[in-house]
Amino acid sequence: MNQKTFVGGVHPADSKHDSDTKPIEACPLPEQLIIPLSQHIGAPAEALVKAGDLVFKGQTIAKASAFVSVPIHASTSGQVIAVEPRLHPCGKMLPAIVIEADGEDHWDPSLEGIDPAQWTGDELRQRISDAGIVGMGGATFPTHVKLSPPEDKLIDTLMINGVECEPYLTADHRLMLEQSDKIMDGIDILRRVLGVKHTIVGIESNKPDAIACMAKAGANHGIQVQALEVKYPQGAEKQLIDALLGREVPSAGLPMDIGVVVQNVATAAAVSDAIRLGRPLVERVVTISGPAVAEAKNLRVRIGTPLSFLVQQCGGNKYEVSKIIMGGPMMGQSQLSLDAPAVRGTSGLLLFGEKDLAKIEAGPCIRCGRCVGACPLHLLPATIASYATLGMFDEAEAHSALDCMECGCCTYICPATRPLVQTLRHAKGGILAKRRRS
Amino acid sequence: MLSAVLGLGQIGLVAAIALGWASKKFAVDIDARELDINEVLPGVNCGACGYPGCSGYAAAIVEGKAAITLCPPGGGDVVEHIAEIMGLDANVGEPLLAVVLCQGDNRKTTKKYRYLGLHDCNAASKIAGGPKDCPAGCLGLGSCVASCPFEAIEMTADGLAIINRELCTGCGHCIDICPRQVIRMTPARETVHVLCNSHDKGGVVRKYCETGCIGCNICKKTVPEAYKIDKFLARVDYDHAEHAALAIEKCPPQCIRDFKTAYPESSHFRPEQKQPSATLCAGKDLHG
Amino acid sequence: MDNQLYMSSSPHVHSGETTQDIMRAVIYALLPACVLSIYYFGLEALLVLLLCTAGCLTTEAVCCVLSKRAMTLSDGSAAITGILLALNLPASSPWWLALFGSIIAVTIGKQVFGGLGHNPFNPALVARVVLLISFPVQMTSWTSPTPLGHGLDALTAATPLGEMKTSVMLTGQLPASAHSGFSDYLIGNMAGSIGEVSALAVLLGGLYLLKKKVITWEIPASYLGSVILFGGMFWLIDSQRYPDPLFHLLTGGLLLGAFFMATDMVTTPITRSGMLIFGVGCGVITVLIRLFGGYPEGVSFAILLMNGATPLIDRYTRPKVFGRNPYHNINQTPAQEN
Repeated sequence: MNQKTFVGGVHPADSKHDSDTKPIEACPLPEQLIIPLSQHIGAPAEALVKAGDLVFKGQTIAKASAFVSVPIHASTSGQVIAVEPRLHPCGKMLPAIVIEADGEDHWDPSLEGIDPAQWTGDELRQRISDAGIVGMGGATFPTHVKLSPPEDKLIDTLMINGVECEPYLTADHRLMLEQSDKIMDGIDILRRVLGVKHTIVGIESNKPDAIACMAKAGANHGIQVQALEVKYPQGAEKQLIDALLGREVPSAGLPMDIGVVVQNVATAAAVSDAIRLGRPLVERVVTISGPAVAEAKNLRVRIGTPLSFLVQQCGGNKYEVSKIIMGGPMMGQSQLSLDAPAVRGTSGLLLFGEKDLAKIEAGPCIRCGRCVGACPLHLLPATIASYATLGMFDEAEAHSALDCMECGCCTYICPATRPLVQTLRHAKGGILAKRRRS
Repeated sequence: MLSAVLGLGQIGLVAAIALGWASKKFAVDIDARELDINEVLPGVNCGACGYPGCSGYAAAIVEGKAAITLCPPGGGDVVEHIAEIMGLDANVGEPLLAVVLCQGDNRKTTKKYRYLGLHDCNAASKIAGGPKDCPAGCLGLGSCVASCPFEAIEMTADGLAIINRELCTGCGHCIDICPRQVIRMTPARETVHVLCNSHDKGGVVRKYCETGCIGCNICKKTVPEAYKIDKFLARVDYDHAEHAALAIEKCPPQCIRDFKTAYPESSHFRPEQKQPSATLCAGKDLHG
Repeated sequence: MDNQLYMSSSPHVHSGETTQDIMRAVIYALLPACVLSIYYFGLEALLVLLLCTAGCLTTEAVCCVLSKRAMTLSDGSAAITGILLALNLPASSPWWLALFGSIIAVTIGKQVFGGLGHNPFNPALVARVVLLISFPVQMTSWTSPTPLGHGLDALTAATPLGEMKTSVMLTGQLPASAHSGFSDYLIGNMAGSIGEVSALAVLLGGLYLLKKKVITWEIPASYLGSVILFGGMFWLIDSQRYPDPLFHLLTGGLLLGAFFMATDMVTTPITRSGMLIFGVGCGVITVLIRLFGGYPEGVSFAILLMNGATPLIDRYTRPKVFGRNPYHNINQTPAQEN
């Protein structure tokens, strides 16, 4: 099969072999779940419960506070013991609902599945919104917003992202192998909501088994599966559309501007659950991996499960952990402690020990141009970074610093190990602050 | 020979006429006062006034758009000079100096993680609020040092910004750049300050800082008019601070200091070490 | 107690290739040329190589101490400057010439601009040109190679390019050496500076760099390609007056320049298209100087001139930012089914 791709990018070692053959296991119920109110892009949800309330699994415990916001549901049945600031994966103390599990794991009896064929697109969209579904590739953008293009934006293609280009992560890979039919069902529902026929599933060619499995499942649905070159960031929305359709999302624009909606495979599976079974988004598949973890696994995890509990399920750590990363190593966040909970955007949890890390002093830029070749957005990272270091934010803006999506290719490839992404982030902050002032 | 002299002379004459005409034709009207003001301004183009450089500020004054007291580096003398040029009353404000209200360097405070990356306080504070357990103290990565147009800020070897009171002009650049708001403007005549910026309760502060204010009220009991306690943090009331120094001895965590006597000691400065502004690289594919 | 966990901004992995690795690879790639030059020129060449390398390293260390900067010897750039400078000098260079060149290269060529990464011109070439202009006699006293073991005293000889220039100036015709002896040029059996004698050894090093992906193909390919095309054009016009493109390729410092000095990252454009322009510019200038200029060889001048043009090239070859191209709007052009 021909492999499509985009211009730029890097080839990090994929490190997926520790977990890509491990079937998804259900993670046991922890004693306590910490469910943050802010787990998505947009306004945080508003808590509907207070300490002492009894809740069912799947019950709405916080409501959406704006259009770009989603409700939050209890991930198990039990008693709310606190609504207070707790450690969030972003490293800050943010409001969260703490539930003590009763061990019964009772679903809310009022939740009922429906047959999507008998409901209109608008009704289905409302259900998706009520189920709290967000983009599960890691960006956590509310799905119903993506499914609500303005009248003047014609959507002709639904793109399903099964690329999983981040090293170590295998959650989507396993999901595609084990639940391809559910994903296809979710795709059918998404197509119905959008009124779109043309659907492409993009999968990196390092997952031939997933490509075969999805192609087989998709054959009856008229869904095309396309193999993509193994290259990071193949799974970034803009790069995926470029590779599959040859269309460029305009700078500062959205995929819907060029008639495309992109959804992750895990999101499609969650949509199927939300409609067919009436079950809101209360769990997701997380890859726990990294050299320091005893046994790498793919776990089906309730939202709010403390990270330390996940590590326990994988046999603990082999040696002392020096760095914890939530998500993939290219765009994931380093964690302050394992006390933080898994949230809707948690695609992976990676543990590293001191010996897996290398600390190098950043040297001067030798103008090798590797960052220029690697940047998938065709920016000049080193040039923008030097402007930013000098506080010349106008020049940085003129070099399109705001287009940077922080994919990490430039820092990954920089032989002088300069923290380019961090500097570009600094530049973006500086430019936006300057705009706000004027 | 003669033709050469004549030739050159002709060229010179034509050029002179052209230049003379051009200088009249394209002359830019500059108010003489603007030039005078530009003369008396310090000429460091620090931008503290909010105008592009000293000449920009001079132009703004002449146009009547800017007050004459906006140049902190110039101090009172410059204001008086400008007032004279503009024919205004000099109303010199109180000179101010920036002070870092923290003495919790890397030895005296605890860290919540080991930070690696861009050597910049603002960048570090975006990662879980910065590497120090103290939510308000100096991060010690030197963004203020880089921002100071007068080289008045130095970073100690243990990671604490110290402002040289001789060199500081009160321009306020460091205050804008500091993500922790730990640098404050204080009246230049006042030398006694509470060097802490954390509003946490005493018990919490003690856990992460040897020398942070615990809100014990002893300073206020000693010199009631000179101190205010706001949410477990003592501050000098600079309007009534004559006897503030009396509380220095009494302060249990020793966070009140008098710059006249105790702090900063010159021996405090050690030669700057190369800072590990390293990128942390996890993963098998780095052999380093 | 301090928490011992590390935190940093993403990404958390790195390719593993560092500046030192790049510099080390360049030094490895220069070794065949060094070894062969010692074979041809004997201890004299070894002495110049050692003097230049030691001179550059010492100067770099002194500069670091004087400017109170951290020691930068370990990055390997000073060593490369030293080796490249040596390869650009005649084997008969006196010791003071090598040392003076090293000091010029590191101070004027690099440190005054702020050290590695900030110099606009290739330091070794700056030094070579300074020496060439200041000490023309010593810098053009070429000896013909006397392979080790032959025991002959080195003879003074002209380089093939020098011979060509003289002959064309005097007779308007190419000398015999411009029509034959290419196999000698290939293995380095000709007069010239230490490093330019063997095309083969330099080519070997260059291919190693390409293989290791330390340099990209753009600059060497466009440089050599444009010399072949542009030089070839003149050869087609008058093959009695202008030499064969192969002669251009194998003589003088063209290969050394194309693979090692025109690819110096610091002083060349950072964009792919900029690199192509840079290479073509070098090629055209080299041919022009060789055929019509006052000096027999033009590689150093060509590269230095293009170094000067680098900021301009970078400015006009900025890649088009993703999403700024005229894009498909499905309301205008129906999407293709693929």
